[in-house]
Amino acid sequence: MIPVQFDYVRATSLNDALKTLAGGDGTKVIAGGHSLIPLLRFRLAQPAKLLDIAGIKELSGISEYKRGLRIGAATTYRDILDSALVRDRYQVMMDATSGIGDVQVRNRGTIGGGVAHADPAADMPGVLLALGASFNLRSKRGKRVVAARDFFQGTFATALAEDELLIDMVVPPLPRGGASAYVSIEQAASGYALAGAAVVVKCSRKTVTECSLALTGLSDRAFLAEAAAKLLVGTKADPDTLQRVGAAAVEGIEITGDIHAPAEYRRHLAAVVVGRAIRAAIDRV
Amino acid sequence: MPTGRITITLEVNGTPRVIAVDPRTTLLDALRECLGLTGTKKGCDHGECGACTVLLDGRRINACLTLAVMQEGHRVTTIEGLASGAALHPVQTAFLAQDAFQCGFCTPGQILSAVGCIAEGRATTRETIREGMSGNLCRCSAYPEIVEAVFLAATQPGSP
Ligand SMILES: Cc1cc2nc3c(=O)[nH]c(=O)nc-3n(C[C@H](O)[C@H](O)[C@H](O)COP(=O)(O)OP(=O)(O)OC[C@H]3O[C@@H](n4cnc5c(N)ncnc54)[C@H](O)[C@@H]3O)c2cc1C
Ligand code: FES
Ligand code: FES
Repeated sequence: MIPVQFDYVRATSLNDALKTLAGGDGTKVIAGGHSLIPLLRFRLAQPAKLLDIAGIKELSGISEYKRGLRIGAATTYRDILDSALVRDRYQVMMDATSGIGDVQVRNRGTIGGGVAHADPAADMPGVLLALGASFNLRSKRGKRVVAARDFFQGTFATALAEDELLIDMVVPPLPRGGASAYVSIEQAASGYALAGAAVVVKCSRKTVTECSLALTGLSDRAFLAEAAAKLLVGTKADPDTLQRVGAAAVEGIEITGDIHAPAEYRRHLAAVVVGRAIRAAIDRV
Repeated sequence: MPTGRITITLEVNGTPRVIAVDPRTTLLDALRECLGLTGTKKGCDHGECGACTVLLDGRRINACLTLAVMQEGHRVTTIEGLASGAALHPVQTAFLAQDAFQCGFCTPGQILSAVGCIAEGRATTRETIREGMSGNLCRCSAYPEIVEAVFLAATQPGSP
């Protein structure tokens, strides 16, 4: 049994949810519960009230938006994998989503819950960074848009204020003729990334002309590796270049060491996944 | 102060059930302790072993990682609800035919997961079955027989 008591309410509408969150009474949102329930069991979260957002229609579903996508926060990983829009255009998201946990976890866990939880080893933050996504946040006080690069602020820390709800994520289109991929080395028991790399590339006659690269699992948050991505541009992604890009990607990053992998091993894995993800993306161009 | 128990109605194995639960109660505990349906097992209670797998509105989920109060109006299928009278569900029959268990602790979860796996169209080859069933651990390691049972149930004529 979860040790600390709490109240439970089901939001009847978006407005109702925002009103409850504005109450300032220690309310926490619950979506799939797959990250929050374990925290409650360990007393790592002790909300006075849980606000269930599952019934709010505006929060789930995937639709075309400005030639890209709009993904509702409460969309399950299962619904992402079932989406033809994602499958046809965002291989990087398909790669990452199909590796999250197992089928049971993907049937319940939501992309917004994963993003708001901001586990440093979660797969999706890296993907959203590499794609240049932006997040729509809303509270009784108003609406704002936060770019993925400004959203992830540390271990379990994001730009979300206590009274704010993540509404959806807007993903711009890939560059014309571009391709993408996600490769991770997983911790065997959970599927979380020890090191994961998300890549978007565009090529012209086998030479890379554009690249966006983000990593996850390596430090307190997922991050964009912009200087490393620049090293790839203008090259044919030969093995030497991939080595250099892999090393540059973690330069200046304080790499995590834990029971699953010491820091030196994670540094090595970073270069491995960066190289493999770039190759996989280029092969799809 | 928390308000205490909340009354919910959910459909369990085709029958509407009304229960009053503390909001902290997981669906797994509600099934086992409020409704006496102990076929659904608690292995890890952390979403990792799949022993608590049930179908929620037809999709397989871990009952240990969801709260009972979140299931108001939803449809739950447990191992107790698979057979129709004396006639076992084809997946149950296949598990017997392939001897796909030893101690049997993981078996209800394996069977519900297999029903979900087949319904999703994932059980086409032994390879896709292994991947599709990876959320269900078996400490007795009956994996080869489990894969055969799922394959048999998925491919036999009149399969679900
Ligand atoms: C066994 C297991 C294996 C897993 N493996 C992986 C893996 O390999 N890779 C991976 O990335 N993840 C993995 N996960 C984590 C899983 O992806 C997350 O649990 C899930 O994404 C969180 O979503 P949820 O809907 O369950 O969120 P919840 O648990 O409901 O919520 C998580 C947090 O987000 C907040 N929140 C939720 N929605 C909103 C919103 N719309 N606005 C504001 N705040 C919100 C909640 O208040 C809470 O703080 C695993 C989980 C389990 C149990
Ligand atoms: S008891 Fe639910 S997954 Fe182990
Ligand atoms: S049969 Fe014993 S755990 Fe699977």
